[in-house]
Amino acid sequence: MRAVVGIDLGSRMTRGVLLDEHGRVQAQAARETGSRLEQAAQAVLEELCRCVGAKPEDVVYLASTGYGRYRVPFRQIQITEMTCHAMGALWLFPRTRTVLDIGAMNSRAIRIAENGRVVAFRMNDRCASGAGRFLERVAKALEVSLPEVGELSLRSQNPQPISSICAVLAESEVINHVTAGASVEDILRGAHNSIAERLVALVRQVSPQPEITLTGGVTKNSGMVQALEERLKTKLNVSPQSEWAGALGAALLARTRCQRLQSTAPEARNRTLASSVADPLSA
Amino acid sequence: MLAAGVDVGSTTTKAALIDENKRVVALALVDTGANVVRAAERALHTALTQAKVEEWDVAYTVGTGYGRYRVPFGDLQVTEISCHAKGANFIFPATRTILDMGGQDTKAIRVGPDAEVKDFCMNDKCAAGTGRFLEAAAEVLGLKLEELGEVSARAKKSLKITNVCTVFVEQEIVMHLARGCPVEEILAGLHWTIAGRSIGLLRRVGLESEITFTGGVARNSGVVRALSERLGARLNVAPESQHIGAIGAALFAWERAAHGAVSQRNNQSRALGPVPGGN
Repeated sequence: MRAVVGIDLGSRMTRGVLLDEHGRVQAQAARETGSRLEQAAQAVLEELCRCVGAKPEDVVYLASTGYGRYRVPFRQIQITEMTCHAMGALWLFPRTRTVLDIGAMNSRAIRIAENGRVVAFRMNDRCASGAGRFLERVAKALEVSLPEVGELSLRSQNPQPISSICAVLAESEVINHVTAGASVEDILRGAHNSIAERLVALVRQVSPQPEITLTGGVTKNSGMVQALEERLKTKLNVSPQSEWAGALGAALLARTRCQRLQSTAPEARNRTLASSVADPLSA
Repeated sequence: MLAAGVDVGSTTTKAALIDENKRVVALALVDTGANVVRAAERALHTALTQAKVEEWDVAYTVGTGYGRYRVPFGDLQVTEISCHAKGANFIFPATRTILDMGGQDTKAIRVGPDAEVKDFCMNDKCAAGTGRFLEAAAEVLGLKLEELGEVSARAKKSLKITNVCTVFVEQEIVMHLARGCPVEEILAGLHWTIAGRSIGLLRRVGLESEITFTGGVARNSGVVRALSERLGARLNVAPESQHIGAIGAALFAWERAAHGAVSQRNNQSRALGPVPGGN
């Protein structure tokens, strides 16, 4: 079997998607990134191969993306998160024109053309204020697990405002709310609202066009989706596959590139691959 | 006669008692917690117990709070900016610039020869460079907050830290540790970064010597070292650096009492008479 792989090395999770020669998704694998990026990428690749009973050499082309994309030594190419998320979101929802990717540390708003080309983007990469880590810290301070924060927030009757933008300072504010007797649900709703406000501001900067698709790990959080929908006054595209959009996009782009290389002459192929680490196609 | 000052900070609450000769007779420090008024009461009582005096011995109390939180405590409220200016001027009379690095915010204040505030700016939007930042870093590095200065002093070189956000820096530290970088070099890098940010704040109010460094972070010798290295100047750091705001508040209280103001706290109906050394 000749497969292509996309690996999304995120700050919290590393995800991989394996496509067969027909472009069908054959395997998906994920694990926590931890502090050893190379090892996380290696483990995900091995897991993907195990799933389909393939050997690593059956993978003819591998694209890496995510913040650790340069730390995947066995990649053929690295592609920015912007391009990959755009491609992944378009594959999941073909009418996507705007992508909001909410990661653990960074968030980005991307406006794309019909073919998935990135037209405009804005990202928050200086501070964790509009990212998953903000919720993670609030969840920790409230002693609830991350998967339940969304549902809990939806039960709020009287949302407590969180005025801090900084994730670290918000934590102290949350503790103050707890001591003052506010309910966990109300504090969580306040935190969701606060993050949603900043994400909406980010999205507005790229002049969003419908449809808007959410990607990244936070999409599993129903409270966050609702808070965003309320503010953007529109339905948002979300699927259980949304958190795989980066890896999926990388795999799709790896496939496109692989096909293009196969159709070019060997000399041209060598030139195109000059910047790549290795070229399994010429082997 | 005694005058009291209470400074409710985001993380700790400080109280200072001064006598009629403006001598500091007690300094107390308690955790603020969620109830700011109760923290103020606790700090004041700790100081009173330390000085072995009763509440009615205090002629006047000035309270000061933090940022946007007002603390309804004492006979009078004075902003923390003025209190810091007053306190720093009292301990280092030649102070013209104050850098106050507290638990959750950082302030730069420019003052005149009589402790009048000429300009100030503060960062209370982001935890970078505050006590919380160092707390988070200490936790990831497996160190106690008090050890940071000493450990960073052992560094032969300092590692470049590229992030500013506390959350991102935590991740960056984990990466450096995973690559086997020595703890002291990471720490020295952190102190260097924090110093850079604070200097940016100082420049916005105009840097004029002498510079007095106050607040909880001033107890970290690593930050003091990085600041003086980057500024190319010596910094005034008092042993009571954390209490500068409370001392300033107590000095305002002393002035009030000296001018015949009467404390409402203890339902005292008589003026306290002339204060030796007062005007």
